[in-house]
Amino acid sequence: MDIAQNILLTIMTAATPLLIAAIGELVVERSGVLNLGVEGMMVIGAVCGFAATILTGSPWLGMLAAIAAGAVASLLFGVLTLSLAANQVATGLSLTLLGLGLSGMIGESFVGSAGIKLASLDIPVLSDIPLIGRLIFGQDPIFYLSLILTGGVAWFLFRTRAGLTLRAIGDNHASAHALGINVLKIRYLAVMFGGACAGLAGAHLSLVYTPQWVENMTAGRGWIALALVVFASWRPWRVLGGAYLFGAVSIGQLHAQALGFGIPSQFLSALPYVATIVVLVIISRDRRLTLMNTPASLGQPFVPDR
Amino acid sequence: MQNQRTETPLLETRGLTKIFGSLRACDGIDLAIAPGEIHALLGENGAGKSTLVKMLFGVLDPSAGEILWKGKPVRIGSPGEARATGVGMVFQHFSLFEALTVAENIALALDGKVAIDRISEEARRLSLEYGLPLDPSAHVADLSVGERQRIEIVRSLLQNPELIILDEPTSVLTPQEADKLFETLAKLKAEGRSVLYISHRLEEVQRICDRATVLRHGKVTGACDPRQETPSSLARMMVGGEVAEISGAGLGEPGEVLVEVRKLSAPARTPFAVALRDVDLTVRAGEVIAIAGVAGNGQSELFDVLSGEVTVSDADSLRIADVPAGRLGITARRLMGCSFVPEERHGHAAVPNMNLSGNLVLSRYASDREAFLTGGWLGLISSGPVAAATKRISAAMDVRKSLEDPPAGSLSGGNLQKFIVGRELDRQPRVLVVNQPTWGVDAGAASRIRQALVDLAKSGSAVIVISQDLDEVFEIASSISVINEGQLSKPEPASSMTRERIGLLMGGFHDGTGHGTETAEAAHAH
Repeated sequence: MDIAQNILLTIMTAATPLLIAAIGELVVERSGVLNLGVEGMMVIGAVCGFAATILTGSPWLGMLAAIAAGAVASLLFGVLTLSLAANQVATGLSLTLLGLGLSGMIGESFVGSAGIKLASLDIPVLSDIPLIGRLIFGQDPIFYLSLILTGGVAWFLFRTRAGLTLRAIGDNHASAHALGINVLKIRYLAVMFGGACAGLAGAHLSLVYTPQWVENMTAGRGWIALALVVFASWRPWRVLGGAYLFGAVSIGQLHAQALGFGIPSQFLSALPYVATIVVLVIISRDRRLTLMNTPASLGQPFVPDR
Repeated sequence: MQNQRTETPLLETRGLTKIFGSLRACDGIDLAIAPGEIHALLGENGAGKSTLVKMLFGVLDPSAGEILWKGKPVRIGSPGEARATGVGMVFQHFSLFEALTVAENIALALDGKVAIDRISEEARRLSLEYGLPLDPSAHVADLSVGERQRIEIVRSLLQNPELIILDEPTSVLTPQEADKLFETLAKLKAEGRSVLYISHRLEEVQRICDRATVLRHGKVTGACDPRQETPSSLARMMVGGEVAEISGAGLGEPGEVLVEVRKLSAPARTPFAVALRDVDLTVRAGEVIAIAGVAGNGQSELFDVLSGEVTVSDADSLRIADVPAGRLGITARRLMGCSFVPEERHGHAAVPNMNLSGNLVLSRYASDREAFLTGGWLGLISSGPVAAATKRISAAMDVRKSLEDPPAGSLSGGNLQKFIVGRELDRQPRVLVVNQPTWGVDAGAASRIRQALVDLAKSGSAVIVISQDLDEVFEIASSISVINEGQLSKPEPASSMTRERIGLLMGGFHDGTGHGTETAEAAHAH
């Protein structure tokens, strides 16, 4: 009983940062911007969240600092790619390199410091329900935030007028401009939302997952989040499914390695990536639906003619 | 009509000017539109019509001059402000979002906080009232061009505008769809709204417009009542000279079969593409076959299959000079004496950043290997013969350019198209396939290109012209076929073909059965 509960808990904890970063990037890409700097923004969020927690003593303030740091990093990306119409792929890659380097520098004095874990919600009585109690009522706050974010983004994109405007810009920015929509303003907002989410995802790593600072602690999770968005056909609930699948297989393969089935460990380590991609490719095999959901102006700079 | 001219115009421009770099796209335009009139704006491609209306709709800022609305100067800084003023616009290249539904597209253009389901109802009601039926929940990507235009019109009507600007609305419609549109316009006029109608089709301007303003090279060259003018006097104002007539005389008896297509089918490669179904086509030496049809009915897919850009699995379904060619690529077909001119000039028929001689080598390095390349397998470009050929082509087609060998992208659309067509004609191909040979090309260049196509057929080659321009089709074709939803009608001699018949075929009425339309509606129903 306890073992199953613990495994499920670790799966949820592993999936949460992927989900948050991917949901943020989904909004960015739905507006037609491709920000490959998720990894960089995440690691900046992780270090700033950790540093602010140590300095203020409050992991809550640390979480806010991580969100702000991610947003500021994305603003840099926004100025370069939106206002100056720089190449989005090159700028995003640079942002990742910048983030990895900058976080190493900021975090130098914090290596080895004992972190403060963001306390889990512990609703008395309810969290003592066997098996599901801790899973539903005893998680960390960022876990609940990730589910609210997913539902909120799905509702925003497909049920609100502002979400419709965002999707329209991603589909055809020239037409959106001709209709009088302020393309760049909305893209700025989307990019900064994506940055804030990446920062929060980083905070989950350094405040919940492993409450300490280790250089390069994101370990490629930003790239996985990027891949999840594409393979989930830019749809929020599929991103959630993909993130949890990835989390489940990565935890599962760890247990498999520990038990030692005689399967080469390299193969097991690769399994989460392979499984996630295969499943998402299979569910998005309806090419029509996929193309309908693909933002047609993704990655193209918009320069209004006046 | 006479007394309206003394009223305050609904919209007036005084000395409106737009400068792009060294180009004066609009140069001191004076225009006055009275309330309740259909006002034509006539002019060739590149005359400045689109630039002018973009300024009226707030998409572009004027460099100089002023706009008066009901006698008062206004500044229209954005499309939103234009709509608030009372100006609606239906764009030539639709400003629709393909991945969204009809209702969502309409909702985006409305500023208010109206719920999506109420917009659906309103759109349905209004579209029926004006005889433009629409299904609000359909995805735009699934709709025909005519239906897309309806969305644009309904979208602008929902804002209750006093002036509606229509930019070349009939260029994408069948004659029957155009008639429907004219009825709608008459209804709008009866309600007291004004229409600014942009076109280069003289016949329809004479039919529906009360007044006309003619533009040439960014300047007003005439203002008239089109009903008092003749088509040739209007054409003179537009072009500034006479346009040469195409002489089709001398197209002799067709010779041997050069292209034979039998039961050719190809699946759609993307959700936005059209599948080709059981296409049959025979083209003989000395023939010009024109394939008419409304845009988006499989023209580019047919071109791709004929050119070898897309190969088909059944090699025998396409025979060139009696050789199975369905699985051969473009170069192999060129080596058999074929030449191809795709629709898109920039990036498909020519590389814009490369100069003309480079573009010449790119399309003919294999077929003219001996002339253009030396060094055996090294394939070095012999610049002398290439430069001479570039010069020869430019002279033959009257390509006007400022440098000896400029980048393709620096030429105007008409001049580049003349060069591209000339590049292929210079080989004297046995088979030439052209898609939209004169799209966006001025009348002078268009007539030159059309004459060259006819002359090639006269010299004994087979010519296939895919075109949406019915005037062009009738001018040059010996037989006419119509493409509709990936199906090709049986070619009929141009002499016995009528516009009405083409219109019916465009709508899918093969031999009066109406079969195609039914399947189309069935496809939209789900």
